[in-house]
Formats: sequence, structure tokens, C-alpha cells
Amino acid sequence: MFRRGAGTPLTFVFDGRPVAAREADSVASALLAAGIFVTRETPVSGAPRGPWCMMGACFDCVAVVDGARGVRTCMTPAREGLRVDTQRG
Amino acid sequence: MTRSEADLVIVGAGPSGLAAGTEAARLGLSTVLLDENRAPGGRIWQALEARGATDPDEAAGLDLIRAFAASGVQTHYGAGVWGIEPNGTVFWSGGGAANTLRARRILLATGTTERPMPIPGWTLPGVMTVGAAQIALKTGGLVPDGATWIAGQGPLVVLYAAQAIRAGGRIAGILDLSDRSARWRALRHLLAARADARQGLGWLWEVRRAGVPIIRASGPRAEGDGGLRHIVFRVNGSLCWESADLLLLHDGVIPSIQLTRALGCAHVWEEARRCWRPQTDAWGETTVPGIIVAGDGAGVGGAKAAVASGRIAALGCAHALGFIDRARRDAEAAPARAEHRRAMASRPFIDTLFAPRPVDPDDSVLICRCEEVAAGQIRAAVKLGCSGLNQLKAYTRCGMGPCQGRMCGTTAAEVLAAARDLHPRTVEPYRTRFPARPLTVGELAGLDR
Repeated sequence: MFRRGAGTPLTFVFDGRPVAAREADSVASALLAAGIFVTRETPVSGAPRGPWCMMGACFDCVAVVDGARGVRTCMTPAREGLRVDTQRG
Repeated sequence: MTRSEADLVIVGAGPSGLAAGTEAARLGLSTVLLDENRAPGGRIWQALEARGATDPDEAAGLDLIRAFAASGVQTHYGAGVWGIEPNGTVFWSGGGAANTLRARRILLATGTTERPMPIPGWTLPGVMTVGAAQIALKTGGLVPDGATWIAGQGPLVVLYAAQAIRAGGRIAGILDLSDRSARWRALRHLLAARADARQGLGWLWEVRRAGVPIIRASGPRAEGDGGLRHIVFRVNGSLCWESADLLLLHDGVIPSIQLTRALGCAHVWEEARRCWRPQTDAWGETTVPGIIVAGDGAGVGGAKAAVASGRIAALGCAHALGFIDRARRDAEAAPARAEHRRAMASRPFIDTLFAPRPVDPDDSVLICRCEEVAAGQIRAAVKLGCSGLNQLKAYTRCGMGPCQGRMCGTTAAEVLAAARDLHPRTVEPYRTRFPARPLTVGELAGLDR
């Protein structure tokens, strides 16, 4: 698990649930801080996947962000009101 | 879409890119720097302005970041480069829009990625790289807590563990997967590396003092249904089991060759790291005219070596474009070359001590994370006559997912080479193509050319 100290100035929505984040967070690190390790299911076997490299290289942490598929959550700044959904397939 | 022209375009705002940009601006080159992150620093100095320097090396990094900011280099953050044409056109996207830029010289300072470390269960949610956890620590202040384990080898393992402990994190244990006999082989290089070795022992001492067990282990596996639940490993032949909700893996770093491969640059095999790097001359120039590589991407040496090689590359560019004569180039490069030599002196020790682990995964272990191709499928393809990595794509789709082989290139080559009884240096790496990452139709449509 991960944890961290106080300070949560913004909120975005993941699969309909609010996730607290900070201004400097990527969507992926805010999800990890919230204990969420899965952002997608693979197109081949449907296996759950989430952040692996956190630097934009592996494409494992992609999700549907504001309706767009295949967005790397590790490279996406967390913003107030952002809508993030698990990417299936 | 924005369009512009420059003498020099630099890709990457890590130590070498920042040093090259600062130097190029001083020498009068109109320079543009593109980086996909939101702030300068690369990995080692990531979010350094926000978190503040905590040691002399970081203080030097902060000085360079400030000097760069004052240098007048036009900089775009959140800018991902996905294409480069031999005529000097750079394609990049930021904020959902694609842009082009014309440059007389292009300097790639794109650094490294962590060596893929395929073990059973490495694709389970809850298994990440040590580098990934370090990014989460530096940018988001995330510290490991609860049942966090680290497995692997290399300086980053102990550095991250020490940083995490300093930040108040807790680590359940470290599985040291290094080859003990490498210590004896590394010993003869110790004298040249004593400063770095002392620093490494300091991190190790911090980790031990915090009570983190360091276990000499082999054969680690991550297990769980839908996510990591426990790890299994061997100690002196006996099987051990620990519950875990976070497992961090690391086996060193290797140069990113995505852009240089797609550009057609020649690459050389580096046996110490069992990886490829672009072939460069004394000024960082590749075999493709006008394409220069500096920093760890041209050969891993760490931040100090990267800063020096960035300066050297900028001087080379300034001379090639007629801004300075040969005598001035050579004179001003001399201190940077001395600094580079000093910084590289510890590499034989580090590279010998942490020589890459042998890659011999069970048939069921996934090698290509994107297309979910297991080691057994690669071996089966070889039995059917597949002779190389690029053929392997057609046989299995290995390397054809969105990461474009970044996470499987070295390990797929090792598995294929072993199955053919060859050395991996005889296996041509993936031929990569632009765009270097998936694009939206909207991004492409915005390009009016």
C-alpha cells in the first residue's frame, strides 16, 4: 500500500466515486494514494492492470479520461471535476 | 497548432537536456526544449523545485534548473515528441494538439527506462517498478506503507528504500536478487568507485538501521487473484511465503532507444548491461547527421556524467552550426570531458556488482505485457522457425502493443536468443516506427501539412 500526509485541494471522479487529489498529482498517483491499483482490463484476457512505470513508457495505466480512451493516467495532471473511468478491453 | 524554427531542438529536460540547453543558449543558438513532464528535472531531479534540495547533488541540480530557466531557451512542458524526420522536422503533441518544429540539429536527451524484470505475476496490480514508486514519492509524496516488499538489485533499490524511510515510509523487506559472486569480480574496480560505494553503503546503513530485513533470495513470484496478495521466494533452497500488497521490482536501467531506432541510427551492444545504445562520436552525434544523443540515453553514467555530456554535445552543435570555431569548442569542452571521465570512473564497479540477472522465465511468464505474450509462446515460435524479434511480431504480436516494445525488447531478445542458442547481441532489436506513441485522429488532423 501507499499512504501520505495531509493536503487534498481537489477532487476528481473515478468510476463514479470521488477521489481526493492534490494540485501536483498525476491521476495515477492520486489513484494509488486512494488505494486504487486497477485502471483497465486488458483487451486480450481481460486481466486487471494499473500503474507499472509511472513515467509514460508502459501504457499499463491507461484509462478513459473525460471520455477519451487510452489516456496514460501517470502523465495526466489531476484536475477538479475530471472524469476517469476504468478502461475495459 | 504552433510552428517554429530553431537552431537546436532538445528532447528531454533531465540533467543532460538542461545542461545542453543552458550551454547552447550561452553560445547563441536559438534553442527549443520539449519535455513530456510538467516541470524540469527528468527523473533524478523530478519535482525538485517543488520539494527542495536535500543534499549537495540536488542543490547542484536546482542551480542548473534555475540557470536553465534564466537562459532564454524556449521550453514546452507536457510536450511529447512522437516523430522526427531526417530533414529536421520534429512532431510533438501537448494539450491534445499536434505541433511541428524545424531544427538544424536535434539533441535527444531521453534517458533510460528500467530494465524489464519478468517474474511470475509481475503484471498483477500492486506490482510496480522501484522507479515508479520513486516518481510517486517525488511528485506526490507517496510513501510505502504496510506490506511493501522490494525485489531486485542495483543502486536504486537501496536509494529508494532510504528515501522512503526518510519520508516516513515503511518497507516490510528487501529481496536481494544480486549474484553474490559478483562482489568478488567487482572488487578490483572498487578503488575508482570509492566515493559512490561510500554513498551506497550510507543508504544501506539507513535501511538496516530502520530494521528493514535484507534477504538474499531467488526465484521471486508475485501471487494473487485480481491483485497482489503475497510473494513467494526461495532462501537457500527453501520456499518462503510473505503476505504483500505492494511489490516493487528493479534490475537497473537501460538507454531508451525508441527514437534513435526509428531514425535509423546505428546502435552498439553493451555487454556489461546486456542492452543496446546508440552509436555516438565524441560530441554525441549519431550515425544520422544532425541527430545527437546526450546523457544516460547514450550510455548510463548518472546525473553528473549526463550534465557533462550535455555540455559537450551543445559545444559540438555550436561548432557544427558555425557559432564557434574548433579551438574554442575543444577548449571549452575540456573541463566537461574531465568531469565526464570522473563521473564514469565508478561504472565498472557498479556494472559488475549489479550485472543484469539471467533471463530464464518459465513458459507461463508474460514477456510482452501489452499483448500478453508468454515466454513459452516465444519459444514455440522459434521451434516453428522464427529467427528474429521483428519476425516474432508476426508470429506472436510480441512487441506490437502501445508500449511498442519498451517493456519487452531486451527480455524477448534474451528468451529468443536462448531458444536459438545465440547471444542476444546477434538478435536485431525491434525496428521501431513513428509515431513513437499512439495518437488521436484529432491530433493528426490538426497538422496542416
